[in-house]
Amino acid sequence: MRDSVRFSRRSVLGLAAAASAGAVLAGCSGDEGGSGSGKKIRWWHIANADPMLSEWAKMARQFEAAHPGVKFEITPLENEAFKTKLTTVVQAGDPPDIFHTWGGGVLAQQADAGMVKDLSADVGQWKDTLIPTALDAYTIEGKTYASAVDTGMVGFWYNKELFERAGVSKAPVTWAEYLEAVRKLKAASITPIALAGKEKWPGHYYWAYLALRIGGLDALRQAAGDKNFDTPDFVAAGARLAELVALQPFQKGYLAAGYSTADGQAATMGNGKAAMELMGQWAPVVERDNSAGKKGLGERLGFFAFPAVDGGKGRITDAFGGGGGFAVGKDAPPEAVEFLKFIAQPENARIEARTAGVLPVVKAASDAVTDPNLKLVADTMNRATGFQLYLDQAYAPAVGQQVNDSVAELLAGKSSPEQVVKAVTTAAKQG
Amino acid sequence: MLTDERRPAPAPPQPPAGPTPRRRRPWPTVVAFLSPALVLFAVLVLTPIVIAAYGSFFDWNGFGAPTAFVGLENFHRLLTDEIFVGDLRRALLLVVLSLAIQLPVSLALAMLLNQPLRGRRAYRMLFFTPYVLSEVVTAVLFTMIFSPNQGLANHVTRVIGLGDLGATWLADPDTVMYSLFLVISWKYFGFHTILYLAGRQSIPPELHDAAAIDGAGPWQAFRRITLPLLGPTIRISVFLSILGTIQLFDMVWVLTGGGPIRSSETLAVTMFQEGFKRFHVGYASAISMAIFLISLTFGLLYQRFVLRRDLEGAITTIGDQR
Repeated sequence: MRDSVRFSRRSVLGLAAAASAGAVLAGCSGDEGGSGSGKKIRWWHIANADPMLSEWAKMARQFEAAHPGVKFEITPLENEAFKTKLTTVVQAGDPPDIFHTWGGGVLAQQADAGMVKDLSADVGQWKDTLIPTALDAYTIEGKTYASAVDTGMVGFWYNKELFERAGVSKAPVTWAEYLEAVRKLKAASITPIALAGKEKWPGHYYWAYLALRIGGLDALRQAAGDKNFDTPDFVAAGARLAELVALQPFQKGYLAAGYSTADGQAATMGNGKAAMELMGQWAPVVERDNSAGKKGLGERLGFFAFPAVDGGKGRITDAFGGGGGFAVGKDAPPEAVEFLKFIAQPENARIEARTAGVLPVVKAASDAVTDPNLKLVADTMNRATGFQLYLDQAYAPAVGQQVNDSVAELLAGKSSPEQVVKAVTTAAKQG
Repeated sequence: MLTDERRPAPAPPQPPAGPTPRRRRPWPTVVAFLSPALVLFAVLVLTPIVIAAYGSFFDWNGFGAPTAFVGLENFHRLLTDEIFVGDLRRALLLVVLSLAIQLPVSLALAMLLNQPLRGRRAYRMLFFTPYVLSEVVTAVLFTMIFSPNQGLANHVTRVIGLGDLGATWLADPDTVMYSLFLVISWKYFGFHTILYLAGRQSIPPELHDAAAIDGAGPWQAFRRITLPLLGPTIRISVFLSILGTIQLFDMVWVLTGGGPIRSSETLAVTMFQEGFKRFHVGYASAISMAIFLISLTFGLLYQRFVLRRDLEGAITTIGDQR
């Protein structure tokens, strides 16, 4: 009797275990049906804070209302988390239907793998409403793989008050003048430059801009094509940067400083603890958000273009920077492309320009830019004689990261200009 | 493989009373009970290992299936990669520091906490608290403490007259590993202290009483009784500490990102950099295989040569036989 009870109880448990095993197996395969349902649009963007977080959502709702059956599934992600997560899903062959892209080498790899749609014909419909260089970063071997949303460039943001106090009366236009300005600031006991050494990408701007000024746009493009950075121009760029590093212009502990952290580059600038930073068009907003009392520098903030280098082939009007755009995943429904057209309408582009303080790529929306500093950036861009995308985006990921790593070593005084070009060349050859 | 797995499992609690006639083994039940765990183990543990091993033989950027077979090229590259070799050196440094400083300090604290002490419970709780925090929270906390200009560390060194000494602990390639070690110790010493304390309390008090009657001083009692009897606990804590160091990732990633200039990168950080930043998935797989093999080899050797007597249950065997 006792035995039989035990036996039956055990077999009941056995059945339960078998059932749960079945459930596990079913669970493994039950995930497939999601992506094929035509009208659902999975949208990943990096506007994970207001105002754009809710503005994008609002535009999606409007689009849904106008296109019955379309349902958005929006995933806003933080910048770095986005890169990691996107890498994972794209490598798994399941890209989101619409996702943020900076173009360049990363997009090229995704296009190579057939993970994104060729949008040449579609974007062609509204191409003429955009500023001329808007699609360059997203166009690979003549085919356009994303639509641009905003744009911008990197330049020196400076604290007018501190420059005045150090006796620097006008913004430097040559590298020699620039170094002189740094010396004067040092002499006045002002930290000349805020730099986020921990994050590496802000440091690569210096080397990239110097290479752009010394070798010109063609040198940067050719180096990527030839997989050879071991040229006099790139070595010279490193040597000029080493001159700057030798002046010890950066804030204390810059090698461990983040960009938008409590004690980071933007906060140092926004609190008036350093005289300038080399940063993109978003700098004023981030400085303000990270400064004490969220005030920023306000009127004291100014902008000047990266100075020219004597004897260089590049011009001071060549711009370096980038913006954001949206790519469309390989399995996306046609409505996804429709939506890109929808957000490129002037009235929608204006919303972003007005509320988020970015530079729109839609020509008609440029009237929404009101901030004087941003207007200055926009003007500089409009007069630009050439445009180079951020190197860590333009080049293949391995090369871009090597540029960042090697320049970081140079900035720490642990590497020579020659070592930098050799390391980058090696990375380019490895692919 | 399946037959191997089956053997140890089916022993149902046998009635202790004499030899009863055994029913044949209930295989269907055994299979039903084991299969969920086996399926999960196969899907979540074995498959990734096999895929990583497979990927490590290819020059592969992670898109689509790997096609460019390169044999052992990735592993050859590992051995000549300064960063990877540096990772090993840094792991060794952390292991040495942990064994030489962190664990002895934990042991000393455990001995203190074992004394009749006012507020002993509060201390135990306090020391254990850091272990409850996640590595990421710890790292964020110490990012603020070591913040160059507004950080607590710098403030303290300034107040006690050491100037800006605290400013660059994380920013200087020469000190970053020691700062990292400090943070790791802060987080984990409580864990080891609790382990040792538990081990200490399971030592029968009679032994110490007897030793005291025989005239042994506190040091002698510690050296001859406490330490040998804590052996199993110490060996386990060393094991956990070393394995944890080999696999260290979260804390370093948040605290330093492996910097400045890659001087605090660990094996796992390098793997992440290669796989997710440079899209060298084949090479990153090779690094992950290296981590796996190092951990596995260490684990097996340690169990074979160090933990063997503990596993045999010979707790009172004192350090003279192997």
